[in-house]
Amino acid sequence: MLQARTGMSTQPKANEEKERYLGVYRWMLLARVLEEKLAILYRGGKITGGVFLGRGQEALSAAIGSALRKGDIFAPLIRDMAGRLAFGEDITDAARTYLGSRLGPMRGRDGNIHRGEPAKGYYAMISHLGAMVASVAGGLFARRLKGEAGVVGATCVGDGATSTGSFHEGLNMAAVEKLPLVVIVANNQYAYSTSNARQYACEDLVQRAAGYGVPGYKIDGTDPSACIETVFEAVARARAGEGPQMIVADLLRLVGHGEHDDFHYMSHALKVSPIGRDCLDVAREQLTSAGWATTAQLDTLRDQAAAEVENACSTALREPLPDPNQEDWCALHTRRLAEGAET
Amino acid sequence: MFQKQPATRTGATITYLEAIRAAQQKLLSDDPRVFIYGQDIADFGGAFKATKGLAKEFPGRVLDSPISEDAQVGMAIGAAIEGMRPIIEMQFADFSTCGFTQIVQHAATHKWRTGVPCPIVIRLPSGGTAGAGPFHSQSMEALYAHYPGIIVMTPATVEDAYTMLLEAVEIDDPVIFCEHKYLYYHLKADGLPDTAVPAGKARVARPGRDATIATYSAMVHESLACAAELASEGWEIEVIDLRTVKPLDTDTILASVSRTGRLLAVGEAFPWGGVTAEIIARVATEGFDLLDAPPMRLNAKDTPVPYHPNLWGTHRPTATSIMAAMRKLLGA
Repeated sequence: MLQARTGMSTQPKANEEKERYLGVYRWMLLARVLEEKLAILYRGGKITGGVFLGRGQEALSAAIGSALRKGDIFAPLIRDMAGRLAFGEDITDAARTYLGSRLGPMRGRDGNIHRGEPAKGYYAMISHLGAMVASVAGGLFARRLKGEAGVVGATCVGDGATSTGSFHEGLNMAAVEKLPLVVIVANNQYAYSTSNARQYACEDLVQRAAGYGVPGYKIDGTDPSACIETVFEAVARARAGEGPQMIVADLLRLVGHGEHDDFHYMSHALKVSPIGRDCLDVAREQLTSAGWATTAQLDTLRDQAAAEVENACSTALREPLPDPNQEDWCALHTRRLAEGAET
Repeated sequence: MFQKQPATRTGATITYLEAIRAAQQKLLSDDPRVFIYGQDIADFGGAFKATKGLAKEFPGRVLDSPISEDAQVGMAIGAAIEGMRPIIEMQFADFSTCGFTQIVQHAATHKWRTGVPCPIVIRLPSGGTAGAGPFHSQSMEALYAHYPGIIVMTPATVEDAYTMLLEAVEIDDPVIFCEHKYLYYHLKADGLPDTAVPAGKARVARPGRDATIATYSAMVHESLACAAELASEGWEIEVIDLRTVKPLDTDTILASVSRTGRLLAVGEAFPWGGVTAEIIARVATEGFDLLDAPPMRLNAKDTPVPYHPNLWGTHRPTATSIMAAMRKLLGA
């Protein structure tokens, strides 16, 4: 596919595709290496609370994070380390949130994947699935009211979140308002331990797009080339004013729900099926086959990622932890209205 | 604080509902960050006409939403993050349970988690009216007050309905604005005020020396009726209008109890826990020595709100049932 398409392209177009692919690949790789490190730190007792990895979903996640640009809105979910980094999150902030540094954006008040910097358009997910769909739509609605054109918002959900009322309400509302929202559904076949057979009864989740009156795209989430092509196209269509776009990517979670979970319930047949492929292996194959990188160059990229991860984690590990005596324990911005708070 | 303005419509009468509409009109006019999102609120003007004519006057800023309370609030949160000041109209307070997750999990936690405030106002047409039944009558203030990060307003007067809604939109935190449906048409004032007691401060609605009634919203008027009746027997009952139930103005309640020595807390909500229980708990723990008698509380009955007026009139506290409780408190 990749060969055929690039073969037909003009040279500048091919260069653009190559740079885009390599850019996405770097985020995939950085996320993978960072998450491998976080898993080690978790097993070593250095991380309190859960660690939730995006292993197997990096291509899809990095594609959406890369397709968005500064000034857009992004609300990732739990398996979007790659997309977060691609959207512009400081890797040290990712490490800080997991490791509890009080210098991170959540300052110990929230942890792991519940992080973000809303003032930069990087919204902080809550655990209640589907909730961010309407909020990204609201952010886009605000931008429209303010007269800002060309803004796109995106959010990621899993197969499980498509069963929530919030998902339905949010996407339906965004469609009614024709907002430039891209919804990425990572259909990784399991919501924690529940398989798709117990999650929905339609033939394919992408069928639901028609019910919302929005374009639906079905892709192989283990194929980075397909992820890049489709996600960038959907973002471009949203940016061009064509309203919400819904992408369903089939893939497999190559880890447990969290690092506490041995995912013994996962079907062996799925693991050895095409969606059980590791998208990083596929990317390596596609990049070398296209002649866009040598294996030696890809190994160098991995070494660079490892150095970046080591630096981020060692920095976060040296930083001060939250101090209950310095915490102001005030949930309100309007301090004069806070019960018991000093004004 | 909002900009003060001269009283409007002086000399004419204005209802509690018209005051809410007037406040929204002023907000839309003065503040380009404000928009209103709710069911049937645009051309139709809302189930109670609280937004009548506003969609036409402010194109694109008063919008009909799908029947999706969760998405309504979720949308407002995103808009607030981006610097807007959304007002969400719930058609009835009861339906806000469908938006509960977005309110208490998302909006209420946002500032504390991320440092970015979430200034949204959610208007809840609250409380009982004859014939409204179990799903169009509820008082939700205690549910929302339970959660950190939320302000809960319960205006009892036309003036407060107006000034507190203006102030609610200026507050940089989520505000649950409990407007009472029974007061919509029953309550009238001669004009709208140009000054206001700030949020978080209670008001002595009627001074007295024999006992204190601490209450809010429509129950202020039932309590005032009770106090007027008991005055004919020589009792002087002080009635405190809390105005906001969160923050709760404990100081004003304690100051009143220090004068009267007796406390009755009255609320229209269900009896388990809630605002009246909070009042009793605070006075018992912070002002036990001020009390000459065990404090009392009076709420609705512990059943869903009944449909038929014969049942509804007994389910919720009224001047009559407040009087019976007060006689017990006074030993009269």
